[in-house]
Amino acid sequence: MALLQVENLCMDFGGLRAVDQVSLSVEDGEIVALIGPNGAGKTTFFNCVTGHYAPTGGEIVISPPQGERARIDGLKPNRVTALGLARTFQNIRLFPAMTVLENVMIGRHCRTRTSLLGAILRGPGTRRQERETIDTSYRLLEKVGLLDVADEFARNLSYGGQRRLEIARALATDPFLLLLDEPAAGMNPQETRELDELIVRIRDEEGLAILLIEHDMPLVMNLSDRIYVMEYGCKIAEGTPQQIRSNPRVIKAYLGEQDDA
Amino acid sequence: MRLVGRSLLVGLWFMFLTLPLLAVRVNTITETVEWRWLNLVWVGLGTFILSLALALWRQRSESQPQRDDGEGDITPRWRERLFHDQTVYRPLLIMALLATLLLPWLVDIYQINILVLALIFVVLGLGLNIIVGLAGLLDLGYIAFFAVGAYTYALLNINLDLGFWAALPLGGLAGAFFGLLIGFPVLRLRGDYLAIVTLGFGSIVKIVIENEDELFYGAMGIADIPRPGLLGLDLSLDQSTLYTYYLVVALALLAIFVTNRLKDSRLGRAWIALREDEIAAVAMGIDMAKCKLSAYAFGAFWAGLVGVLFAARNTFIHPNSFTFAESALVLSMVVLGGMGSIVGVTLAALILVLLPEYLQGLAEYRMLVFGGVMVAMMVFRPHGLISPSRRRYTRPQAQGEEG
Amino acid sequence: MDYFLELCLGGLTRGSIYALIALGYTMVYGIIQLINFAHGEIYMIAAFIALIVSAILTINGFTGVSILIIAAVIAILYAAAYGYTLERVAYRPLRNAPRLSPLISAIGMSLFLQNYVLLAQTPDFLPFPELLPEFEFMDPVAHLIGSAELVILVVTTVTMLGLTFLIRSTRLGKAMRATQQDMTMARLVGINVDRVISLTFVLGSVLAAIGGVLVGSYMGQINFFIGFMAGVKAFTAAVLGGIGSIPGAVLGGVVLGLTEALAAGYISSAYEDVFAFGVLILILVLRPNGLLGRTVRTKV
Ligand SMILES: Nc1ncnc2c1ncn2[C@@H]1O[C@H](COP(=O)(O)OP(=O)(O)OP(=O)(O)O)[C@@H](O)[C@H]1O
Ligand SMILES: [Mg+2]
Repeated sequence: MALLQVENLCMDFGGLRAVDQVSLSVEDGEIVALIGPNGAGKTTFFNCVTGHYAPTGGEIVISPPQGERARIDGLKPNRVTALGLARTFQNIRLFPAMTVLENVMIGRHCRTRTSLLGAILRGPGTRRQERETIDTSYRLLEKVGLLDVADEFARNLSYGGQRRLEIARALATDPFLLLLDEPAAGMNPQETRELDELIVRIRDEEGLAILLIEHDMPLVMNLSDRIYVMEYGCKIAEGTPQQIRSNPRVIKAYLGEQDDA
Repeated sequence: MRLVGRSLLVGLWFMFLTLPLLAVRVNTITETVEWRWLNLVWVGLGTFILSLALALWRQRSESQPQRDDGEGDITPRWRERLFHDQTVYRPLLIMALLATLLLPWLVDIYQINILVLALIFVVLGLGLNIIVGLAGLLDLGYIAFFAVGAYTYALLNINLDLGFWAALPLGGLAGAFFGLLIGFPVLRLRGDYLAIVTLGFGSIVKIVIENEDELFYGAMGIADIPRPGLLGLDLSLDQSTLYTYYLVVALALLAIFVTNRLKDSRLGRAWIALREDEIAAVAMGIDMAKCKLSAYAFGAFWAGLVGVLFAARNTFIHPNSFTFAESALVLSMVVLGGMGSIVGVTLAALILVLLPEYLQGLAEYRMLVFGGVMVAMMVFRPHGLISPSRRRYTRPQAQGEEG
Repeated sequence: MDYFLELCLGGLTRGSIYALIALGYTMVYGIIQLINFAHGEIYMIAAFIALIVSAILTINGFTGVSILIIAAVIAILYAAAYGYTLERVAYRPLRNAPRLSPLISAIGMSLFLQNYVLLAQTPDFLPFPELLPEFEFMDPVAHLIGSAELVILVVTTVTMLGLTFLIRSTRLGKAMRATQQDMTMARLVGINVDRVISLTFVLGSVLAAIGGVLVGSYMGQINFFIGFMAGVKAFTAAVLGGIGSIPGAVLGGVVLGLTEALAAGYISSAYEDVFAFGVLILILVLRPNGLLGRTVRTKV
């Protein structure tokens, strides 16, 4: 059973069909890429999967490694996250007035529990939980290489740093599937190379699957096990990097885009 | 020189703007016009100097290398020590506490009464700080919850003969209940709509109290509300005032303690995350409705609680104590103190209540100043006088409980 | 039946003024997504300036319509200047600030302007001179509608038609609509966005000033606080019609004016304001996009 199984997903905005009958699946341990020209509907697809939009058609089913199959389309984003899907945003969305560490600690929110009273009295249970939250968050910051800026405000990080912080924050929610929306956007080649390593490392060490949107073709080709291609809301191709590279429709979509530019 | 010219223009422009309202006063009954040209001179001079100072300040900060603008703070080192070095802030806190406890023995009863009022507003400020400062929900009718608390006590006392101590928790709960009641339908609204709805709610509460004579004694208000009781003892007026003072000190300390704990708890972080970015917060698994409601109800709880105390201190309550002006006053405390900053809000509340009391000439200009302060703070120091500091946490290796 | 008609006409008059002020809210909101809390104060300031100018003119021996025209023109000019300054001082520096900041700044400005007039002039109500011309007209309607009401209806209608023309067909109107749809894009195609925003404030203030002069002479008295309530009601009207929509603001104003007049006439006038707020809260909760507004989804 695939971890994530999307069937014929549709999303309409008024008259505009931003996602049209797209099916996609992600298996355990895979890195899958979703590519396509600007405005193809990739981010909208993510938003439907993570609950930010309620799709107008199709169904989304997850089968977590531990846990039962569940339909998640139409659920609220916080429910989806609690079920084990975590994401980053194309236009970085951190909590600027919180420290880097606290940003990651927010990710632990849905895996912890404290009542109002517990928070005020700060009993041993609450303290243990806080300690666990702090330790996990430090571990994740170390993984993405942000340990030495843990006490900085998030808004003071470099662009690449902010993107990595978003990944750490998403990891803190203990996902089984991580959705990355253009993680390399705005990074320099050096940072992109490090990101490449980081993504592989996350997959191996945390044992999760990754679905990513990316425009950086070398990165995508190098990283992905399988690739899906979208154009004007429709899926136009899927396959291994080799298959995609030689797919005439994909080449046309991309060259066509360059013609316009 | 160019700056001077520009500032001159600014001065002239404001003189032009204020010409009809500040320089002229007509009396339509005696049909006379009073000209007050001097006012104009002051306005022109004031805006000229202000504009020049601003321009110079801008020029200077531009010529200096851009500092880490994060906190926009001039003395990070000093701040650092004040808030994170125990050996510095512990003694300061203890001194402040001692001063608070000893103060009533140094001043007369009239001053204590004012201090009680100031501390009531400290608690209000801290309560609103949870809603606006931490959770980022702009509430323009906060004083309504204060009214709910005050009227809860007054009415319970009249109708059921309940005493202060029984009414205190009930007032808080009534505030929280109203918070939930109004919060439930409106908290999913956009921030600015929420502001308007709470403004409406605040006004409705006041108008209803004013017009319901049978239920709420209308515009007459309610008099002869008993002061806080102490084990059934018969207290003189002075003793009772002193007792009220210590009560409100205890309440303020409790509010400070609790909000401080909450600020750095799982729930408090969720509030701040929602304030910073709703969409990202929800994507991190935070239940928006639940978190916002809890912030709203909890903030309202403090207003209700301290409303009971207010009724007991004044022994007389009237709908006019609960107008938009009071809501605006509490809001400017939060804005001035720095959204989310406990120390800041506490100090701002003390300043904003005590200053007009002691500088009588200033009292008239109170609301004008509040308005101006809100604008100026937003434009120049959006993080408040004391920008909220965030807590540090120790790394796992350095095993220690707190940071 | 006559009572009902009378109430309706009264409501229509009142509603058309709400609509005038609501237009200012809606235009500003459409462009920078800000509730300009201080908009009602501009209206109040215009009314005060009209009062002061007309008093000076009366004392100096002017009579009749000339007073109305001079006072109105000066009030409108000043309102425009205040609107412009307001935006420059309190909102422009906050264009990229967190969303709560301009809102708080707006509330601060509203308080400031209210108390500025209170301190500079008087906390009491001032009698407003009767500026609107009195005339007789044919019998069947004469006992239903006064000449002041008729003047108000005509002036507001003409003003709104003018505004519609301005927005539909002039360069400024096009620039405004472009800025409203996408500020970054508008800037890229060479529209001076700052200027468009300034002009929007000026335009809104002019409309509010017309409202201020009309209301002043219709109600016969003003004080520093009239802007607050009028502002809240006009905002309600704007939301009722769907904020950002210009026909919506007009419709909302009229609907609110009518319901208010009927409620005051048949239920109780003490609860008039509660009623307006009640409508506002209901609309926001049940139909936050208003009667004419479209659903908007926040982009993620
Ligand atoms: N909330 C919305 N309301 C209306 N239209 C939307 C909304 N969100 C997206 N769209 C439209 O849907 C289409 C797909 O947008 P989407 O952001 O998904 O593209 P994308 O593939 O992520 O592009 P990019 O590579 O530029 O990020 C676009 O035409 C966009 O304008
Ligand atoms: Mg995208």
